[in-house]
Amino acid sequence: MEVSFKVNGHAVKTEVEPRTTLSLCLRDNLKLTGTHVGCEHGVCGACTVIVDGEAVRSCLTLAVQVEGRSITTVEGLADGDALSPLQAAFRRHNALQCGFCTPGMLTTAHALLTDEPHASADRIREVLSGNLCRCTGYLPIVEAVLDARAAYGGPASDATTGHGAGR
Amino acid sequence: MKPPQFEYAAPATLPEALALLAHPDGDAKPLAGGQSLMPVLAFRLASPRLLVDLRLLQGMDRIEVDASGVRMGAKVRWRDIERDARLKTALPLMAEAIGHVAHYQIRNRGTVGGSLAHADPAAELPGIAVACDATIEIASTRGSRSVAAADFFEGALTTVLQPDELITAITFPAWPAGRASAFEELARRHGDFAMAGTAVWFDLDTAGRAMNTHIGVIGASDRPRRLAAAEAKLDGQVIDAQSIGEAACAAAGACDPADDLHASAAYRRNLVGVLVERALARALAGTKGSGTAINRSGESH
Ligand SMILES: Cc1cc2nc3c(=O)[nH]c(=O)nc-3n(C[C@H](O)[C@H](O)[C@H](O)COP(=O)(O)OP(=O)(O)OC[C@H]3O[C@@H](n4cnc5c(N)ncnc54)[C@H](O)[C@@H]3O)c2cc1C
Ligand code: FES
Ligand code: FES
Repeated sequence: MEVSFKVNGHAVKTEVEPRTTLSLCLRDNLKLTGTHVGCEHGVCGACTVIVDGEAVRSCLTLAVQVEGRSITTVEGLADGDALSPLQAAFRRHNALQCGFCTPGMLTTAHALLTDEPHASADRIREVLSGNLCRCTGYLPIVEAVLDARAAYGGPASDATTGHGAGR
Repeated sequence: MKPPQFEYAAPATLPEALALLAHPDGDAKPLAGGQSLMPVLAFRLASPRLLVDLRLLQGMDRIEVDASGVRMGAKVRWRDIERDARLKTALPLMAEAIGHVAHYQIRNRGTVGGSLAHADPAAELPGIAVACDATIEIASTRGSRSVAAADFFEGALTTVLQPDELITAITFPAWPAGRASAFEELARRHGDFAMAGTAVWFDLDTAGRAMNTHIGVIGASDRPRRLAAAEAKLDGQVIDAQSIGEAACAAAGACDPADDLHASAAYRRNLVGVLVERALARALAGTKGSGTAINRSGESH
């Protein structure tokens, strides 16, 4: 079947089987390999992308279901080679090690802060509870997201030094 | 794993969707949020011939609140429930439980109809439906029918739904102001399915005795159910530490959990007792207006 949608602002049209998940369509058809596939059954969150402003698991979404919709992947967060404020905060806080979970963490946090720039640490932890990280222990990720809030219109953070403050 | 092959249709109207489900070739399955069906397909636990995607159907995504109660269309998503402030008084148990249902991204797609049809024994909404005497509205090309939630679930992942039937809505009777209620559950990771959970409510008569007590449990049986033995310990009684203790004890004795990967049957049975006790104590505290309702992180914000 043919499916048309927008990815990171560009209109795309591609041929998929009905069973092709959005994650595979992005990676195989469109060569957008920033979206990672971990468990392929909805548990790890690595495959999170943003569909019309809402974070969803792309392994639990069929490509044919996003006909006409607008998708943002991790590749769509940065402006060219310049890191987005959220990405820069991840780097500052050492919020990634192997990086496997990072695309899902970034897309989830971006959707959250776009909607809720004042999200509390508890709210951030609750939302990120659907994303597994095997390396960082989560603390620097939460700190990075707290720190990035200001760039979305939220409160300025005092935790600017990062490096696992509070660990 | 990747899902097996299937055909796909996205009908624009309910009659078209019902006709596809009733097709003589059979083996068609509705697709709502996909948050349970996609994992089922990925594990190859089902291989339907056709998926009938409900995404284009209109008018099934509304929550209506009026004097007769609450009506939710089958396509209402978890995020819609989470953001509907009216439910705090119109259906407080659901408003309380929604913070436990799955994760942020899954709540953006998972639906009421899909959760009821999937019938996971540990899912929150089916438990609230049974505990609150809800009615499930069902349509097919043969007509429509309503089934009480108490009769809808037949076992783990099994309901009375026929292959050609679609859930269109769920309705909850009106909830009087002042009714005491509380929801409690324990899950290994916040947002994962509960190891066990309970939804309790009761009314108080003029003498301060409980009546109409409902104690529903999830994760403690092959389906969500009420525990009549525990309810009987409270109806007609003054609710205090002693009657709550007796009800909790009866609840633990009345459920029949299975051993599985996550917990032994004995652990779950004990857990049901603990959760019922906590929930009743919190419901009671609510009636005294002492404002001690616990707002743990993770409950609706
Ligand atoms: C990691 C993870 C954690 C989760 N944790 C929880 C949790 O804690 N609590 C919880 O309750 N759920 C949980 N879920 C499940 C989630 O809530 C699902 O969204 C929900 O159970 C199914 O809704 P859906 O709209 O996605 O249905 P689908 O996945 O689209 O469908 C599920 C089933 O229902 C059928 N169906 C769908 N709509 C209808 C309809 N209108 N009429 C008849 N049949 C229909 C489908 O054919 C299929 O058999 C979790 C899921 C995941 C992946
Ligand atoms: S790959 Fe989608 S949730 Fe794990
Ligand atoms: S950085 Fe390795 S899994 Fe998160």
